[in-house]
Parts: sequence; structure tokens; C-alpha cells
Amino acid sequence: MKLFDLNDEMGRRQFFNKLGILLSGIAGLVLALPVIGFLISPLLRKVIRDWRDVGNLDQFNIGTTVEVSFEDASPLPWSGITAKTAAWLRRVDETNFVAFSINCTHLGCPVRWLPKADLFMCPCHGGVYYKDGQVAAGPPPKPLTRYPVRIRNNRVEIRTSPLPIT
Amino acid sequence: MKSLIKIWHWFDDRTGLSEIIKPLAGHLVPRGTTWMYVFGSATLVAFIIQVVTGIALATMYIPSTSQAYQSLRFITYQAWLGNFIRGLHYFGASAMILLVGIHMIRVFITAAYKFPREMNWISGVLLLGLTVLMGFTGQLLRWDQNALWSVVVGAEQAGRIPFIGDWISRFLLAGKVIGGATLSRFFAFHVFFIPALIFSVLGFHLYLVIRNGISEPPKQGQAVDPKSYRSWYENLIKTDGHPFWPDAAWRDVVFGVGVIAVIMFLAYVVGPPVIGKPPDPTNIQASPRPDWYLLWYFAVLALIPSAMENYVIVLFPLLAGLVLFFIPLLFNKGERHPYRRPWSMGAVIIIVLMIGTLWIAGVKAHWSPDFSAKPLSEKVIGASSGPVYEGAQVFYQRGCINCHNISGDGGHRGPDLTTVADRMTKDEMIIRILRGAGRMPAFGGILTPEELDNVVAFLKTRKSH
Repeated sequence: MKLFDLNDEMGRRQFFNKLGILLSGIAGLVLALPVIGFLISPLLRKVIRDWRDVGNLDQFNIGTTVEVSFEDASPLPWSGITAKTAAWLRRVDETNFVAFSINCTHLGCPVRWLPKADLFMCPCHGGVYYKDGQVAAGPPPKPLTRYPVRIRNNRVEIRTSPLPIT
Repeated sequence: MKSLIKIWHWFDDRTGLSEIIKPLAGHLVPRGTTWMYVFGSATLVAFIIQVVTGIALATMYIPSTSQAYQSLRFITYQAWLGNFIRGLHYFGASAMILLVGIHMIRVFITAAYKFPREMNWISGVLLLGLTVLMGFTGQLLRWDQNALWSVVVGAEQAGRIPFIGDWISRFLLAGKVIGGATLSRFFAFHVFFIPALIFSVLGFHLYLVIRNGISEPPKQGQAVDPKSYRSWYENLIKTDGHPFWPDAAWRDVVFGVGVIAVIMFLAYVVGPPVIGKPPDPTNIQASPRPDWYLLWYFAVLALIPSAMENYVIVLFPLLAGLVLFFIPLLFNKGERHPYRRPWSMGAVIIIVLMIGTLWIAGVKAHWSPDFSAKPLSEKVIGASSGPVYEGAQVFYQRGCINCHNISGDGGHRGPDLTTVADRMTKDEMIIRILRGAGRMPAFGGILTPEELDNVVAFLKTRKSH
């Protein structure tokens, strides 16, 4: 069976109509695919996770929580100041550290440590956490996110991590 | 002069421009379109200001995470008229959001969305959403500390969407962390992508205004019947209409010029928002706030119970959009006069009051701890030594004051404790402090027994007389 009768004028018109729509559709798709691929490429990029030195072991006192900052694993050359990330680092005892993301698990605002009150407080919507990162009050759904932390050769190292999306 | 006219005639003959413009400008519209009909065109005026000032700003702004902040400071403090142009862009944005809101409320009150103008309304809803997106992405381009954290908050909200939330937030951030690619992305959204969508939908919206005609002012008892409305409307404007330009359009011009004048005045006298601290992700001394038009939503996010939160963050904007989308499809006929639509008017009043109340709450932001609270004065404490005085120090140091107000000092997240001894016994206070409550941390693991005794002794002195 013939799809189009090209000897007939109506048949030819139908053919050209379909041809026009099909060709431009294919052209559009062929152009769109690489553009979409480019736009979502950050999602596909492999995340590099590095250990970052944040200081000497003896510069952290047991029982205290301090802010440390370090650089992302693979910042772009023009990242500037935004290549830096911060964490709350707590020395629990001689050999144990806990590193918390500074981002509130509610909506990501930077929580502040109130050393005398032993609490983290969030400036946005009033989330509060205990010193171990557990939720003390307010809207946060989860404890503060923890970053991997280790001690190597008397240096404290934190592993770079994605921004915690909770 | 004569030769200029000749040139125009030649040009018009070859292009046929006046053949298009004259019927458009002079198309017949119903009489009685009052000052209530100026808000759509005023929104367009604000949009044009945004396009022009936006292009001007883009000639000096650098969308790079390391340099945007400096380039914006340069525009603001050094470039000639830079501060004024930024002011125009800020107040133009504010005007656009305000006017698009008023325009929508007016169209809803007079039910101009009914047959055959359903698509006018639906394209308008799209434009409303795009306008808000422009506002949010524009605030981010300021790329100061507030903008940086707004990006994070935006990405976290997107992250609450089921299944694909994580992807969307990574897509917005252009990666797993805030970095070099993030700002370029929002710049492209704000300057190319969303404006392109606005131009297309706006063109469609205006085309529909011409095609379906301006709605006639509603009269009680005059219901819209889709079967006969079109011919009835044709007849109305033929027998009793007048040309849009200039009979009706003069009000649009007067009001539009007024809008421009107000924007210019505010840009000159008040100026643009001050650029905050640099966008340093390690500086945690930040209190991110959205611009004024989203403060009410900021309040929503703070005040909803945590259990409902995921639903509200995702479903609320979706549901609000769907409801607006379906209004003209579900209610496309019948009475248009507000007096005959009490439920609709009730809904408008309730929504306006709700947003207004949330907005005031957002300005006050009483749910945020007060980090700037100072120690209580001896006058307020009423002692300069002893347990009461020591207790007041505990109240300050242990962070009670960040959330509780006493005699005008301190936060507002928790109850005001100025007269707490009137309503709580010593034992009740101890239990509350040790165990906490829904919005209060348990201080059992934080306070020493002595501190507890002192702070309770201090609180027992907080009486009304």
C-alpha cells in the first residue's frame, strides 16, 4: 500500500506537509538534545571528594566547638570566595571529632554556635540544635548533617561533601 | 517638514505599518472602563522599565562568583548614575510585582476571566509566576551574603520535591555545592531564559486582549452566556463603543506616567537595597531574608507545623497555581458583578488579609532568635549581686535571652517572661527549663544545678508588681 500518491496533487501536498513537520521536528530535537545535555551536565559530573586539612590536633580543645573553613574539592577557577565551605568542628575527646555542616537541615541557613548556651541556633526560622547536632527545638526535620572527619599525622582532616539537601 | 512626511509616506507604503497599527489603536472598546482598567498597562510600563534598566545594568555587571560583588559595588558607588539605575531596577521590580497583583485582583473581582477570556487569565497566571521568578532570581544577582544564602534556601526548597527534588536543586546550583557555575546559571535565567518566556507569553496575552476585547464593566443581573456573549459583545461595542486610543487609553498613559514618576522618585530618594556583606559561605554571621514581596512566604515557612512542611513547601505553590489555572475553566459563565459573587469576594478578602498578616509576621520575624541581645541591665534585674543577679547572667549567657523577652530586651520566639512569676510556680519553671517544650530546647543537659537555682530565683522576681 502506498502512503502517498505522489502523482496526485493532493497526495503530494499531504506528503510535503508531513515532510515539513517531520524534518523541522527532527532538526529541533537534534539541536535541543545537546543543549539540554549541556544544561544538566553538572548533575552528571562525578563528585570529587577530598580530605582537607583544617588544623593541628592540639589546636582544638576537648569539649569545644569551633568553626573551620576549607576549600571545595574541585572549585572552578573563577569561584573566588564561594569556593570555601565551613563546618562546625567539635572535639569530643582525645581521638574523636565530630564535624557538622553549618547548614540548618530545615532550609539551609547557616546555624550559629552559642558556646555558653551549648546550642546551635538558626537565624532564619528559629531551628535549635544541641551540641551533638540533635534537634532541640523548632522546624528542622533532622539532626545537623555530619561530615566525615579523621586524624592523620596529628592533623585534623574533613572530607569535602555536597551541600546537604534534606 | 514636507520631505519628512514624504519619507514617512514612502516608508508606510512599502511596510504597511499604519495598516496594522491604526486598527489596533482605534479598535472599539466598551464605555465605562474606569481607572480600574489601568493596572495591566501599568504592569507593562514597569516591565519596560525593567528591560531598559536591566540592559543598562548588564553592561557593567559581571556574572562571576568572584567578581559580581565588586562589579555591583562599582555600579552602586562609582559608576555615574549607577545607584539611580539600580534604584530604578529595584523599584521597577517592586512596582511590577505590586501592579501585577492588583491587576489580577481587579480582573478577579470583575470576573473578566469568564468566557471568552479564559486564556487571557491563564496566560496572566503564567506571567504572574514568571514575574515572581524574575524577582527571586534578581535578588540573587545582588550576590551578597543574603543572595548567597537565598540560593541555598531556594535549592533546599526545591530539594523537598519528591523523587526529583535532589536533581532539581543540583540543577539550580549547577553542581553539588555553591560555586563558580551557580551565579552564571541564575544570571542566564534572569537575563535570557525567563525574559524570553515573558516576552512570548506577554505577546500572547496582549494579542488575546485585542482578539477578545476589553471586558465591559459588569452590571448586576447581566450574566455571561457563552452561547450568545460574543455576538452580544460585538453589538455592544458597535452601537455604544468608542476607540481605545485615545478615548480609553488616555487613563493608561496618565497612570503609567505616574508609575514612572513614583519609581524615579523612590529610586532617587530611597535608592536601591544596600549591598550586604560579601558572599562568603564561611561567614555565619548571616540572617538571610527575601525581598519584601516574598516576606509573607518566608513567614509561611517559619510558621507551618513541621509535620506538614514537606506538603506545604511542594504542594502549596503547586495547588495555588492549579487553582488559579482552573478558575476560568470551572467558572466561565454566569454573573460577573462582585455583589452577585459573595463567595468569590469573601475569598479575595480572606486571601488578601492572610497574605497581609503573614507579611507583617515576616517583617517582624519573631521566630528568629535575637542574636544581638545585650545583657540585662541592673535596673531591670533589680539586684547587683546574689542569686537573682547571677540568675540574670545565666539567662543571658545560656541563650535564654535570644528567644525570651524581659522588659523590652531579648527575642520574641518564646513567651515574654517579664511577668512569668505571675503565671508559673517555681516547680513549673524548673520542669519547663529542664525538659523544654515543643519550641524550647531541654536545658537539663546544659545548666548546672547551681545555674538552674539562680535562673529560677531570677525568674521568680519577674512579677507584675
